[in-house]
Amino acid sequence: MAVATDLHADLNSMERRRKLYSAVVLIAVISVIFSGYGQANSMNSGGFLDGLIKFFDYPSEIVIEAWEEKLGLPALFWKFLPAMLETLNIAAVATILGGVCALIFAFLGTANLGVWPPLVPIARRVMDIMRAFPELIIALFLIFVLGTSPVPAMIAVAFHTTGALGKQFSEVNDNLDRKAVEGLQACGANWFQRMRYGVIPQVLPNYLSYFMLRFEINVRASAILGFVGAGGIGTELRRTIGWGQGAGDETFALFILLILTIFLIDQASSYMRARITESDRST
Amino acid sequence: MTDITADRYIEIEKTTRGRARLGIGIAAAIFAYLAYAWVAFDMNGLISSAQPERALLLATDSVAHKVHITKSLRNDRLNIAIEGERTATYKTPPEWIEKSDDRVFANLGEGYSIDINGKSATFVVPDYGTILIEVVDKKVITTLPEGPVPKWLRATPAKFDARPTLGRRLQVSKARIEVHKYFFGWENFFFPFNSELNAYSAGELISLAVSGDRLKDDMSNAGYIFQTFWKNPDWQHGNVFIALLETLLMAVLGTFTAAFVGLPLAILAARNFSPSGTVRFFVRRLFDFLRGIDMLIWSLIFIRSFGLGPLTGALAIAFTDTGTLGKLFSEALENVDGKQIEGVKATGASKLQVYRFGVIPQILPIFVSQGLYYLESNTRSATVIGALGAGGIGLMLVETMRTSRDWENTFYIIILTVFLVIAMDRLSSWLRRRLIEGRKEKV
Repeated sequence: MAVATDLHADLNSMERRRKLYSAVVLIAVISVIFSGYGQANSMNSGGFLDGLIKFFDYPSEIVIEAWEEKLGLPALFWKFLPAMLETLNIAAVATILGGVCALIFAFLGTANLGVWPPLVPIARRVMDIMRAFPELIIALFLIFVLGTSPVPAMIAVAFHTTGALGKQFSEVNDNLDRKAVEGLQACGANWFQRMRYGVIPQVLPNYLSYFMLRFEINVRASAILGFVGAGGIGTELRRTIGWGQGAGDETFALFILLILTIFLIDQASSYMRARITESDRST
Repeated sequence: MTDITADRYIEIEKTTRGRARLGIGIAAAIFAYLAYAWVAFDMNGLISSAQPERALLLATDSVAHKVHITKSLRNDRLNIAIEGERTATYKTPPEWIEKSDDRVFANLGEGYSIDINGKSATFVVPDYGTILIEVVDKKVITTLPEGPVPKWLRATPAKFDARPTLGRRLQVSKARIEVHKYFFGWENFFFPFNSELNAYSAGELISLAVSGDRLKDDMSNAGYIFQTFWKNPDWQHGNVFIALLETLLMAVLGTFTAAFVGLPLAILAARNFSPSGTVRFFVRRLFDFLRGIDMLIWSLIFIRSFGLGPLTGALAIAFTDTGTLGKLFSEALENVDGKQIEGVKATGASKLQVYRFGVIPQILPIFVSQGLYYLESNTRSATVIGALGAGGIGLMLVETMRTSRDWENTFYIIILTVFLVIAMDRLSSWLRRRLIEGRKEKV
């Protein structure tokens, strides 16, 4: 009986301590948010309240300008389609090239797949560093060397993709069921055959799902990089916004084009990802 | 029996072949697409117009500094300064420069030397010979040694430019004669050129900071040393630090706000918790809207209304990620285990208590891990948003790169940014491990 009371008291004190910790963390987070907004507000060139009043000024300005030119809008969409296509190309090529590199790194960075063991931690570190490099830095550097062109953005995005996808791929590899590989090994399959028939069928659905998610992210990243001079829709946006008043209809057309594209890719990718994981579960 | 096996064998053979063919088809399609992209990106044109020497220049300049000897031919003034800056001008020339009335002799090492005499310069280049450059009647006249003209030299009547090695360069125009000599390392990284603190070694500085007579009457030595370092005009450590802080502030505020706004909205959007189908529909469309507009457009709108600064970036991140995190949380909520909730309900708990003890503990790991993951990725995004015009380290980076005056400054900022991102990555994965896996161990 005494033991039970002791245990009870013990549990109670632990519970109280846990609650205290949670409360401390919560208070810390909330105070960071509030003091952070205070700090951010004082560092900002425009104030929060002023900005709040003006928040709808810009969107309504471009909408009004677009409304006045509403007959010209279809032509504008047509005009900016090549730029949108360029952004999509940047994202697609970067995802493909980055994906291939990520595949190699992921295999090198997974233990138990028959690669030379000392290579595993090296590949993982390289992926960490590639992931950490902000795309902006690489893009700016390459724009300086190669000139204004979509290629710097493509390389920058591919570089980051290699690190990010490589990490996700190697996590998939870590969760691999080794029985299939062992069975193939027992049949006398060589390394390539083991990978082809034992590993790839297991990991492919997850790989594809991550790949598509990354493509979606990369479309957004490529659009942003265009704004610093890498071509595509971002560059067009900077041009029309730089003109200020009068180009509202063009800005509007670009916004709609970008939002529509992102929305479509988003929906297509999530639909396909759901299909892939579902068929994976049923088999 | 054997027939069935044979049939089955043929069938398997067929599907395997079909799959192999499909694989080859996909690979071919990808190659065709890449070939198209090669043309669409104009890779051939790019390769021919690329300036790889710029990369070399950038690489050299980011780890080295140069001393300029500038002689103006208009007013006959001689100036010796680091990076040609007025604040870093030598009062007495360094030992490799000899100066007398109208003559300057610069020993560039390894046999290279330049002798400036009035309006003419003699450049001695080992393995090539002596080049004589004179400015007569506003024209640059060059006398080269016998033999073919090397690639590193360009001589026109308007300008003479020779760079036999990366670290030595002579330029002559009708207005001035300019010599550059490169030295390895970052110059005046800690203290400005003309600060008296440059005379002290690291050990001496520490003892000076701890004890020793005050250099300035109105502040302690430690404070003075820090002040001098912090306000170094060439490196602007203070400003760089504040810019980094701004970027971090954007990421932290944006992510926290998104997570705390996203959670209650996610409850409204989850099938099993939503009060009504209509509410659920509208909240889901709100998530799609926030996500679909994209950070780029949100930033542009916020820059217009809120001006430059971390608030703009934080709000742009918060708006986009409320959509993303809200969607993720609502999916997690739809997958919660009903048993735990029923158990809590069976004890007679109120609705609030059901959420507190039945729901929140189940989705807390996802809430924390996704929040931390986005915190890390948003640190990277915040640099880009900064470059669009929101401020912080991104804007600073773009500005130092555009002026391209001092690549070592750019390089310094790049290193700090990458370190910041790596640090956030480490912190986030450490916290995730502690919070999530620590929880698993207890169970």
